[in-house]
This record gives sequence, structure tokens and C-alpha cells, in this order.
Amino acid sequence: MSKKYDAGVKEYRDTYWTPEYVPLDTDLLACFKFTGQEGVPKEEVAAAIAAESSTGTWSTVWSELLTDLEFYKGRCYRIEDVPGDPESFYAFIAYPLDLFEEGSITNVLTSLVGNVFGFKALRHLRLEDIRFPMAFIKTCGGPPNGIQVERDRLNKYGRPLLGCTIKPKLGLSGKNYGRVVYECLRGGLDLTKDDENINSQPFQRWRERFEFVAEAVKLAQQETGEVKGHYLNCTATTPEEMYERAEFAKELDMPIIMHDYITGGFTANTGLANWCRKNGMLLHIHRAMHAVIDRHPKHGIHFRVLAKCLRLSGGDQLHTGTVVGKLEGDRQTTLGFIDNLRESFVPEDRSRGNFFDQDWGSMPGVFAVASGGIHVWHMPALLAIFGDDSCLQFGGGTHGHPWGSAAGAAANRVALEACVKARNAGREIEKESRDILMEAAKHSPELAIALETWKEIKFEFDTVDKLDVQN
Amino acid sequence: MPFQSTVGDYATVATLETFGFLPPMTQDEIYDQIAYIIAQGWSPVIEHVHPSGSMQTYWSYWKLPFFGEKDLNLVVSELEACHRAYPDHHVRIIGYDAYTQSQGTAFVVFQGR
Repeated sequence: MSKKYDAGVKEYRDTYWTPEYVPLDTDLLACFKFTGQEGVPKEEVAAAIAAESSTGTWSTVWSELLTDLEFYKGRCYRIEDVPGDPESFYAFIAYPLDLFEEGSITNVLTSLVGNVFGFKALRHLRLEDIRFPMAFIKTCGGPPNGIQVERDRLNKYGRPLLGCTIKPKLGLSGKNYGRVVYECLRGGLDLTKDDENINSQPFQRWRERFEFVAEAVKLAQQETGEVKGHYLNCTATTPEEMYERAEFAKELDMPIIMHDYITGGFTANTGLANWCRKNGMLLHIHRAMHAVIDRHPKHGIHFRVLAKCLRLSGGDQLHTGTVVGKLEGDRQTTLGFIDNLRESFVPEDRSRGNFFDQDWGSMPGVFAVASGGIHVWHMPALLAIFGDDSCLQFGGGTHGHPWGSAAGAAANRVALEACVKARNAGREIEKESRDILMEAAKHSPELAIALETWKEIKFEFDTVDKLDVQN
Repeated sequence: MPFQSTVGDYATVATLETFGFLPPMTQDEIYDQIAYIIAQGWSPVIEHVHPSGSMQTYWSYWKLPFFGEKDLNLVVSELEACHRAYPDHHVRIIGYDAYTQSQGTAFVVFQGR
């Protein structure tokens, strides 16, 4: 039915607050946590979020009558109290599928977390979760290989992958850098990693790094008889340079490359993931800059959203925090989003921070990477938390070994395998962690020394961002 | 092992992937690992290869995968039969997961030389 044009400013809630609406299976659903300005009713704020992140603007405009906005508008269909925070609420918003370009995470985020975050009627806003509809998921490429294919390519089964970042993170020449890679891999690590901020600096240009690293990887592989790899960081100034680096890694017959997906951006990431799929290359993803966006409990985007976005944009491994190490992240929340990286269906579970059922269909899984401030004493807890489909990365915990990186690598490998063996044999590895590690150290002087070196190091600070619960 | 403050020499070792860094398992420990494979609902698979081919993706099957086999003793006797037939080969056991089409686990039980 046609409508008359009526100029002026309408209340958002007249159009965008629709509590009777039942979301469609094809709708993209979002949950925002918001705190409105004093005196503004919560329905008006929630409706404004729906409007400003979809079709609405502050004033009625004549040209909206040229289309059927009822078909395109986002709708707030539910508002809930936030446990333990009387001034904040959850707004559940449904967006019609046609608001988004197929396969474009960039487009989804530009809409959902675009202008609306600067909106004056809001004091705080945080995107807590997105339910991607299957109809959208099917338009995304996703992980170029996925967990199963990566295991087959690397020949690693029945245990987490073991890696480390090369240190010092900046300042080594290409040849010295390759030496550290070689030491780690010959010592028993499966994978080593470029630091996220290693790109192509004056002290070490990318081509020289790639060549020396390739030699190190091949030599370690030959000498140990195991499959090895190093994440060659292809993050670059422009997409063209990024692809040039990826092509060279392939030319060197390297199995895996790497990208910083948040600083590099989703468009670059999706492009590189497509390149990897086409070229049989594994893709490791680092999340530098995420804490700027996800750490504040009332502002920004929760990491579970960024993790879901990465699974759709494409990557075979993603950093998730360690729970036990030096970086932020509580256990339940981390389990909630690593489920969303690896499983084919994740049910709504508020105790894990998941606000929606999420069906991933046939989308391959992403390895969860635990990296940052972890050492051998953490091994039992890491295995218990992350399970086999993970990559455990010990930087300081490898290079800091008194005998050097090779011995540090061996210590970690012995500890990991001892924990896996104990778990499989039915032992409670977190409870019996001390016994398991001390037993294993009897056969490994490298591990005995590592246990002695790091026995006092703990990182016990409370997390800043916790699940919302009633106090 | 007393704490050593002097730097030691770490010599590279050739290993065979999972459990390659642990000392050889006792018979009981191997039984525990096979029991784990069966308890996960995975099918036992036995493969063998001459050490010169240990980095190949495909090792030779011993017979066929033991689909749905739940009998620990049968799996152990097949492992031993494979080892008797190919005493100079590596022999590994795999817990095959048909749902993920991947290996739930895999490790070498007998090392050839």
C-alpha cells in the first residue's frame, strides 16, 4: 500500500522496535549491549541502533517512499536486562539478508558497527554476538583448508600442533632469523612463526627472510624426518605486495603463510584466503589490534564476533588467547568462541557468552592458537582447555631455555606428548600435572631444566572483560 | 636428575611424529593407548613401511582398516602379526575417525631399522 510523505523527525521506536517480530532463518541476528543517555527510554535507544545500522537516518526523507523499507529495515525484536548492570541492556536486532553483499564480511561490519557507534543517544555500545544465517555462510569461502586438511598436509595427528614465535621479534638479519627457525624446528617443534609486526623492515627485507627460512625448514625436515613449517608473514603495504610475497612462499615450496587480519583488513584477508585456497597454501591468522576493539566490557566488538568473522573470511589458524598466560581471556568465554571456530554447530549458551545457536553447515574448522606468556608448566592446563585441535606456541618458553631454542623446543615437545599420553590413558592431567611432568622429565634433561627455569612464573591478574553475571 | 647450570649440547634426533619424543612404551602403555582409540569410537588401522619411506603420505595397510573393531586383544595380535611379517618396517597404529575423515590419532608401535 502506498504511503504519503510526511516530513519531520519521527521516534525511531515507531518504525524499528517490533517486539512481535519473529526472526526468519535467513535473517542476520545481532546482539548489542548498550547504555543509553539518561532519560532516553531503552526502546528508543535500541530502535535507534537498529535504524542507524540498517536503513534509517535521523529525519524522514521523501526518497524512502521510492522503495519498500519494511522489506529492508533492521528490527529490534527483543530487549533484555544485562545481569549485574542496571543501566545497560541487550538489544537483539534482526537484519534482512538482502542488506549485505554475498560473502562480504567487510560489508557486514561496515553496516553493523559503522556510524551507529558514534551515535549521541548512546553512552556505550558493544556488539556481543552475531548469528550468521546459513544462507550467508554459504556465500563465504571460509578457511582455505580447515583443520582436517591441515592435519593431512602436516601429518600431525592425535595431539595439538606445537609452535613458537621467533624472538627477538624485531631486529634480526635474515640469516640470523633463519638460524633461530632451524634451532626450534630441529628441536621438535612443528611450526615456527613470524612475529605479527615482521613485514619487510630495513634490518630484514622479506625476500631475504623467506629464503633463509625456507632453507631452515627444509633442513630441519630432512634431519628430523618430520613435516615442518614456518608462517611467513605476507602482510604488506598493499594487496599487490601481499600477493607477491605469497607467490614467492609458494615458489619456495613452503606449506604455510600468515596474515594480520585486523590491521590488514577483511578485504585483504578474504582475498589472501582465496589465493591460499587456489594455491594449496595453509593460512595462519594473527589478531594484532583486537584488544583495542574487544577488551572494554561496554564498548566495541566482542572477540567472539571477530572470530566468527575470521572463520567466514578465511584462515586455518587463529590466535585466541591462552587463558593461562600473560594475555587477557577467561576460560568459559574462550571455550565459547573456540567452539565457534571449530564445531559445525554451536548452541546458545550464555554461560559461555554465546547468545545464539550458530549452525556452520559444511564450513571447515579453524585451529585455535594459544600463544603468549606460556611455558611447560602450563602444558597440562592448555591441553585440557584447548584439546587436540589447537596450536600451542611457546615463545619465551622455547628461546628462554638455558641450553637454547632447540633444547627448549624438545622440552615442550616431551611435555606435550607426556600430557597427551597421560590423558589418553585416562589420567586427570590438570590435577596430576606435577606428577606427569616430573615423570616425563626423568627421561629428558631438557624438560628437567625447563621445569626448574620457569617454576616460579605466574600471571595471575583478574580479567578486565568478564561474562555479565549477577553480582 | 640434578639441576645442571652448564649449557648442554642438544643433538638433533630423527623422530616419527606423535610420541616420537617419549621413551619406548611398555606393553601396558600401548594397551592403554589402543583402549583410548577404541573408546573414542575410532576404527583401528595398522600401517607399515620400510624406514626409507617413512615420510611418504601413504604407508602400506596391514590387511584392511579394522572397521568397528572393539576387541583390544585382536588389535594387539594384528599389530604383532604385522611386525612378524615385516620385522624391518615401522609399524604404526591409527585411530581412524570416519566422521571427520581424519586420523584421531596415530603413533608408531614398532620401529624398523
